[in-house]
Amino acid sequence: MPLLPPRWRLVLVVVAALSLPVVAGILWLFLTGSFGEVHGLVPRGPLALTNWRFLWESIGNRPPVYIPLLNSMAFAVVVAAVVVTVASMAAYAISRLSFPGRSMYLGLVLMLHAFPAVSLLIAIFYILRRLGLFDTLTGVILVKASLDLPLGIWLMKGFFDALSWEMEMAGLVDGMSRWTLYWKIALPLVRPGVLALGTFSLLSAWGEFILPFTLIVSTRSWTMALYLQSFIGEVFTDYRLAAAVGLFYALPVLGLFVLGQRYLLNVYSGGVKG
Amino acid sequence: MKGQSVRLESLTKHFGRVVALRALDLDVRAGEMIAFLGPSGCGKTTTLLMIAGIYQPTAGRIYFGERRVEHLHPRDRDVGMVFQSYALYPHLTLFENIAFPLRLKRTPRAEIAKKVRQTADLLGIVHVLDRRPAQVSGGQQQRAALARALVKEPQLLLLDEPLSNLDAQIRIQARGEIRRLQQQLGVTSILVTHDQAEALAIADRIVVFSTGELQQLATPDELYRRPANVFVARFVGHPPMNLLEGRFENGHFEMGALHIPVPARHPQGPGFLGIRPEDVTLDGEVPARVTVVEPLGREILLTLRLGDVDLKVLAEQAARPALGAELRLGILRERVHIFDEAGARIGS
Repeated sequence: MPLLPPRWRLVLVVVAALSLPVVAGILWLFLTGSFGEVHGLVPRGPLALTNWRFLWESIGNRPPVYIPLLNSMAFAVVVAAVVVTVASMAAYAISRLSFPGRSMYLGLVLMLHAFPAVSLLIAIFYILRRLGLFDTLTGVILVKASLDLPLGIWLMKGFFDALSWEMEMAGLVDGMSRWTLYWKIALPLVRPGVLALGTFSLLSAWGEFILPFTLIVSTRSWTMALYLQSFIGEVFTDYRLAAAVGLFYALPVLGLFVLGQRYLLNVYSGGVKG
Repeated sequence: MKGQSVRLESLTKHFGRVVALRALDLDVRAGEMIAFLGPSGCGKTTTLLMIAGIYQPTAGRIYFGERRVEHLHPRDRDVGMVFQSYALYPHLTLFENIAFPLRLKRTPRAEIAKKVRQTADLLGIVHVLDRRPAQVSGGQQQRAALARALVKEPQLLLLDEPLSNLDAQIRIQARGEIRRLQQQLGVTSILVTHDQAEALAIADRIVVFSTGELQQLATPDELYRRPANVFVARFVGHPPMNLLEGRFENGHFEMGALHIPVPARHPQGPGFLGIRPEDVTLDGEVPARVTVVEPLGREILLTLRLGDVDLKVLAEQAARPALGAELRLGILRERVHIFDEAGARIGS
């Protein structure tokens, strides 16, 4: 392996130092979840499968783990689907069609994107109560999807903006309607954007805590985040159990991240093209 | 495949406050190839896109044959179009690209395959039909775009700078092919170009545009020999026509100390005298000095200083004068072009 130039070595050292706490945290999660006793980051005692007993039995009065697991999956998948569908359609319209109020709408979307979601919680609570969606997965899905939409619309607009106008004109002359053009030509060409946004919202919804925490009460609607949180007691916490649950909660994300990394780079580094 | 005539009646297009096209009247005959020629921003592409149905005209009417079409969706106009960027669908193979218009018309599968192959064969791209646009050469992309436009056997073929992204050599070959195909199929065609050589080479008639207005509609020959105004005179022909600004007085054109005899049809007073570089001889009575000598191969292009203006002159290789040489020019009196003060042509 060729030696890196000194400047880059310095950069590497800084990056490593900054990542250290995160790495230590993940390491702790692994060790604490796997062994009977861990002091700091040093395991004492044998490997303990009992930390994972939540997989085959209900802990306390909590629901069996498959309920929050399925809820989280449904939550993440539906949110991602709604965000991708609505954002790509809205973005196409903004990018390609001229309609009254277009620039105002664009500004509004940008403003919403910058708006801290937490400050809306109380209002959202009342709205969901009124609609009879409080304490339901559907309600949280709607809220989460709407909060993710502004970013999604801007991201997709960037991708659509990069498509050539001549190609769309060619499509019209070939006999396509706007809808066919969107579906058969534009959408396939922004596939990287769709995948990036899809992965992004999936991960974001999977990790969402504050919305379910505020808007869901009954245990049958719990998501994994709430399930995990329930192990952190005010007085007593079984850290080995909590770590095992945390690890279990993180595994799908790790898997997805490995698979979707390529597309995610479009969101984080490529940013909004155009 | 049969061509259809096209008629434009006071066709106008505004973009906000900008007038892109001002009241254009035009008749395109069935089976004819017309070129829209002009510099960028002159309104030629805007006109083409209105004919295709991409842009709505601000005012005016468009007829295909006797049918008014300006409110029809592009798909109901039965036109094929080739774009400067070719605008192929990058995620589809050339076969699928060419088949697309037929699929949209719900043509039976077998017929699609047959027609795509036929058209591809006509253009010599059968062997690359299974590749995507990025995997074939620019020339092949251009042919694929042409095939996609022709496969639905349109009444009207619209070509928007179809050759300007090609290398010079392929361009001349491709323009010959477009002309051959167009004549063979008899499809009415409109070619938009900023390249006067291209327009002169393949069009039956040429419309010269400038700043949203028609300057002249004529055959290539007439356009070259009888430009309607100084804009056309400058734009058509290479090297361009020399245009001198001065006064016409009693059979002469006067510019400073210079006196050039002109035909009797001239007006009195200020105007422009147009002289094509090939209409000057190196034996006459107008004094000039050689300032630039550019060999062009078959001929040489001289830049001559006459009083305080430059004149471009084409001369035989054999007559190659030295740099700085003093010459006496003869200007072929019957070949000069006379324009009035406003730039409009006087006489035939």
